[in-house]
Amino acid sequence: MSTVTRVDPASPAGSTRPLSQRRPLGDRTFQLLALGCGLLVLVILVLIAVTTSQQASSWFSNEGLKIFTNNWNPGANQFGVLAFIYGTAITAIIAVILSVPVSLGIALLLTEVVPYRWSRPIVYVVDLLAVVPSVVWGLWGILVFAPWLQKIYTDIAGGVDGVPVLGPLFGQPVSGASFFTAGIILAFMITPIVTSLSREVIATVPAIDKEGAYALGATRWEMIRGAVWPHSQAGVVGAVLLGLGRAMGETIAVALVIGSSPEITSHLFAPGYNLPAGIANLFGEASGEFRAALMGMGVLLFVITIIINVIARGAVQRNARRKRGA
Amino acid sequence: MAGVSAEPRQVDLREPAGWRRTKNRLATWLMVLSFVLVIIPLGFVLVTVIAKGASSINWSFLTGGPVPPVVAPAGVGGLGPAVLGTIEITAVATVMAVPLGVLAAIYLSEYGGRNWLAAFIGFLADVMTGVPSIIMGLFIFTIWVLHFGLSGFAGSLALGCLMLPIVIRSSYEILRLVPNSLREGSYALGATKSRVTVTVVLPAAIGGIVSGVLLAVARAAGETAPLLFCIGAAETANANVFSGADTALPLQIFSNASQPYVGAAERGWGAALTLIAICFILMIAARLVTARFARYSH
Repeated sequence: MSTVTRVDPASPAGSTRPLSQRRPLGDRTFQLLALGCGLLVLVILVLIAVTTSQQASSWFSNEGLKIFTNNWNPGANQFGVLAFIYGTAITAIIAVILSVPVSLGIALLLTEVVPYRWSRPIVYVVDLLAVVPSVVWGLWGILVFAPWLQKIYTDIAGGVDGVPVLGPLFGQPVSGASFFTAGIILAFMITPIVTSLSREVIATVPAIDKEGAYALGATRWEMIRGAVWPHSQAGVVGAVLLGLGRAMGETIAVALVIGSSPEITSHLFAPGYNLPAGIANLFGEASGEFRAALMGMGVLLFVITIIINVIARGAVQRNARRKRGA
Repeated sequence: MAGVSAEPRQVDLREPAGWRRTKNRLATWLMVLSFVLVIIPLGFVLVTVIAKGASSINWSFLTGGPVPPVVAPAGVGGLGPAVLGTIEITAVATVMAVPLGVLAAIYLSEYGGRNWLAAFIGFLADVMTGVPSIIMGLFIFTIWVLHFGLSGFAGSLALGCLMLPIVIRSSYEILRLVPNSLREGSYALGATKSRVTVTVVLPAAIGGIVSGVLLAVARAAGETAPLLFCIGAAETANANVFSGADTALPLQIFSNASQPYVGAAERGWGAALTLIAICFILMIAARLVTARFARYSH
């Protein structure tokens, strides 16, 4: 959130003190109340980190670094979660690769091409994607989309069979519920946020830069390449990272379409698992050490998404600050 | 001696020809194509949900009970308990998250100014919007469910945690738009800061705040992951949010979607249509409030 520079009317210009030093009790109480609510965000984030880590401590201390092995066998009390981390990364990367070009296209369409009165309806339509609940994407994904994709996957797998790089990526085995299906559904879900943030970033490009490019005879595309892109690069990277973070944390849609099989494989059309889907599907039947392991997966997910979000928000805010400094 | 022609050379204002023009056209068409690529899945989902869900929706489906087991054929029982649960749980979450969120936004916008604490809290609120919803579920499970058991209220707490940063963010954006001249006028009449905030700034921003809150409620009402470990699985209506297991529409969709039975799929589509309708009504309400009441909006 960027803060605007403005003079506080309660302390008039030229004076560092407010008009009156004597503030009624109610006034101060209100300020403290507001501050308390602000601090609540900090308190909740710290409590999340502390309490979930406590619940997971037995997993962390018993397994040590073995948590990062591919050894998932709850029956034998073995909880190495590398396959889940791998699935989280793969599905999120597929989602970002599919979603970013489309999001950037829409963001540029909205800021540089269509007139203002058309941009409103386009924004509403893109936002509708975000209003469709995650579980509805999952229901549609598993009952309609996955069976349809399975036929396409089979055709592709037949085509690339034995081809060096493509074979291991897109060959058999194929399944409707797979890494790739989860990635496509995630791409639908993160497109609105990536679009709106890229649009925010692109809107900060100074009009004078764009007019300068046009004055030199640039076409619209050349103007975008020469004036818009260099100015918004860092911010767009931030927007993409935020999309990545969202894709990693999205739970229910993925839990339904990923195929629920904790395996590490290069085959993108094969069923897999990821951290949030694993927690959602397995938590109900878990207890003792198993539950601690699932809590620990939550802690890992929390840490990963917090790091990505901090980097991404930093990039977006720096972009906004540079605009004000210019 | 011929004079230099005084006539200025004509500037060629025509669109550049050849490859440059083709590239420009191509780029524009790709942008339009990307929008089309978004409409297709959206239309596909909405049409499927409406076509498959409409047949199972009727009054007894929406209000009747008890929730049938997933193996039951379509037409048995109803999802009344889930509809009631969704409304109750979301309402309690809203009652908790909105005042806290708006007050936090007031701190950021009215009291924070440029101090580091406000900037830090604003940054954390942004980061908190990116915390996966299932983490909120695990968190409330740890601090509430382990001590007090499953209840609708636990679900409300989890949804509240999810809504809080969204409410803070949207309210802050609106409060920032309230012109300073309104504050100055009020100070000139001798009002204290809290009075200025409550009687002048908040009323000026209320339309935008309500609109942001409705969008946050729409987001929370559709969330499944935070409720998964918090509210349990009741089959009959539970009007008491504070004790005993409860159920909600998203959970019903989830449990029906993961089963291969025909009846389960029918119920899943019906519940999905109901849930989408609730979310869309909230979103349209937000747009109407913005259009009708918001004095300052983006």
